[in-house]
Amino acid sequence: MTELQKTPADTGQTPSGDPFLSVRDLRIHFDTDDGLVRSVDGVSFDLHKGRTLGIVGESGSGKSVTSLGIMGLHRSKRARISGEIRLNGEELIAAGPERVRQLRGRELAMIFQDPLTAMHPYYTVGAQIIEAYRVHHPEASKKQARARAIEMLDRVGIPQPDRRVDDYPHQFSGGMRQRAMIAMALVNDPSLLIADEPTTALDVTVQAQILDLIRDLQEEFGSAVIIITHDLGVVAELADDILVMYGGKCIERGPAETLFDAPEHPYTWGLLGSMPRLDRELQDRLVPVKGTPPSLINVPSGCAFHPRCPYADLTGGRSSSEVPVLVEAAPGHHAACHLPAAERHRIFAEEIAPRL
Amino acid sequence: MTDTQAAAIPSPAPASDREPLLRVTGLTRHFPIRGGLLRRQTGAVRAVDGIDFTVNAGETLGVVGESGCGKSTMGRLITRLDEPTGGKIEFEGTDITHLGVGAMRPLRRDIQMIFQDPYSSLNPRHTVGTIVGAPFRLQKVATEGGTKKAVQELLELCGLSPEHYNRYPHEFSGGQRQRIGIARALALKPKMVVADEPVSALDVSIQAQVVNLLDDLQRELGLTYLIIAHDLSVVRHVSDRVAVMYLGKIVEIADRDSLYANPMHPYTNALMSAVPVPDPRRRQRAGRERILLKGDVPSPINPPSGCRFRTRCWKAQDVCASQEPPLTALKTGHQVACHFPEQREGND
Repeated sequence: MTELQKTPADTGQTPSGDPFLSVRDLRIHFDTDDGLVRSVDGVSFDLHKGRTLGIVGESGSGKSVTSLGIMGLHRSKRARISGEIRLNGEELIAAGPERVRQLRGRELAMIFQDPLTAMHPYYTVGAQIIEAYRVHHPEASKKQARARAIEMLDRVGIPQPDRRVDDYPHQFSGGMRQRAMIAMALVNDPSLLIADEPTTALDVTVQAQILDLIRDLQEEFGSAVIIITHDLGVVAELADDILVMYGGKCIERGPAETLFDAPEHPYTWGLLGSMPRLDRELQDRLVPVKGTPPSLINVPSGCAFHPRCPYADLTGGRSSSEVPVLVEAAPGHHAACHLPAAERHRIFAEEIAPRL
Repeated sequence: MTDTQAAAIPSPAPASDREPLLRVTGLTRHFPIRGGLLRRQTGAVRAVDGIDFTVNAGETLGVVGESGCGKSTMGRLITRLDEPTGGKIEFEGTDITHLGVGAMRPLRRDIQMIFQDPYSSLNPRHTVGTIVGAPFRLQKVATEGGTKKAVQELLELCGLSPEHYNRYPHEFSGGQRQRIGIARALALKPKMVVADEPVSALDVSIQAQVVNLLDDLQRELGLTYLIIAHDLSVVRHVSDRVAVMYLGKIVEIADRDSLYANPMHPYTNALMSAVPVPDPRRRQRAGRERILLKGDVPSPINPPSGCRFRTRCWKAQDVCASQEPPLTALKTGHQVACHFPEQREGND
């Protein structure tokens, strides 16, 4: 298993064959009193088994809405969903809610950001894991399900799992709750695991433990993982491919290494420039992105980033009139920017790279 | 790198000859736990358990630690939003440990606080003008040209537009709200600002704006900061000196460069190695040095005997359980509380 999956990761190329998850032109809009909120506006990507996709963006960029859309958790009257989500060849948007319900928890599982609100305070941790297991394994007896829950708690590193299984969520610490959530998500061996800000609520030392755990479990189960975060450090730790979202659109997509070494989009430059880094010499000043992220009701015309982009003037007005499309800038590396590729590379090499 | 560090460290600490603005000695805060029929005290949460440090005028002290280490409680004690159960806080030589509300009021001008959550720290029913103007009214400070003009100048100083005077907090984004909080803290030209996680609730691109703003304000107004944060890279960027807290104690306090180049306490080492670095190549590098700490922080109700970190420390020996390591200076401006501090060769 390791041989097959390590090779593509090392060469940085996507593996051949049909992707396990394929999202095409996904749009999720919400009708609100203030107007139509275009939370996700035409996002496409592929994900193979055994690979990890990192989705990066600021709050309001549509990254969480995308993941909830894949899980089929937006079936309210107000949500308008279009596009295509194929899981193992099966289309999910047109599928009935009952079918998605069958898949959810078994094929698709999710780890939520805040383990305190995602777990029911009234039931023991064990009861919640057992429920998740028995829903999809009706033939399993209570005893088997309990044994499975203890096994999973043990696997995610909870000490004395046979005793802790009867504890309530409030008796667990933050890191342990997140481990229990992971155990619950993995109890049915899902093929696709979505982790939405899995470590944001945790301390750094616990975050390191959880990231290691997710990585180990993925190697063991060979599932596909989507990790959603605002922290570029976290995606660098886990992801093979990275998708950067801004204003509901994917603005850059590529293998993790090229995205960090040779980012193409000015927004990605801005993100990299605005974070202080422990692995670099201390800078005198950070280089923030000016302005604030756009409202998803009034997304700026043309390129959504143009009001904040320092290079918007170099495109001859196209940035405010035309929506840029994702173009392949390097093998497997796509960016949506009006600046000509040669110009972008020059700006990055001369102005951005020395500051990073 | 080692060469420049070695050259920098032996030079005398620039601040040592000045009288510190803030001196904290043996500061303690125990929250009582009451139980039983008579509500007798049955124990105590030892949130802050005897810490000593000084902050010199014009410098920034960063305080890092995991949640529950007492760093926020410490910030609230210094700003006297909470009553210490022991120890002493001196501000400009005056003992302010147990000053009453009335006696504390004139000092509130000099010590201000910036809060973590820009959503809950602003009253939603008040306009920005009322919020930022409140310090002037409470302290009965007369300003040239009236409060409104002063407030508008403050808003401009903090990167907001003076026209925002009549708006309400809900009309602003998180980063703008944090700027309103900063404007309020700076209204009376304080000498010292305690900032409790000033950027952790903000987006990455906004964090950098606020960090730069704090930097500019310090340069312009000569402020002294005590910045409490959990993000080691942010603390490195803003601080002159850094204190690392664990379970209510300071385990290491040092000049920034000395601490980050050569952390001596095992806990500091573990914290630094746990910070995710945005460099995907690093994870493939063989033999990457990452120290994974086992388990969680122990309960501050019943902390481990001796060194509090020993239950998670890979260097722990018998002496660590029986004797508490004192905070001692191993180098100029570098104090560590550990029986077996890490010493890197070539730096002594």
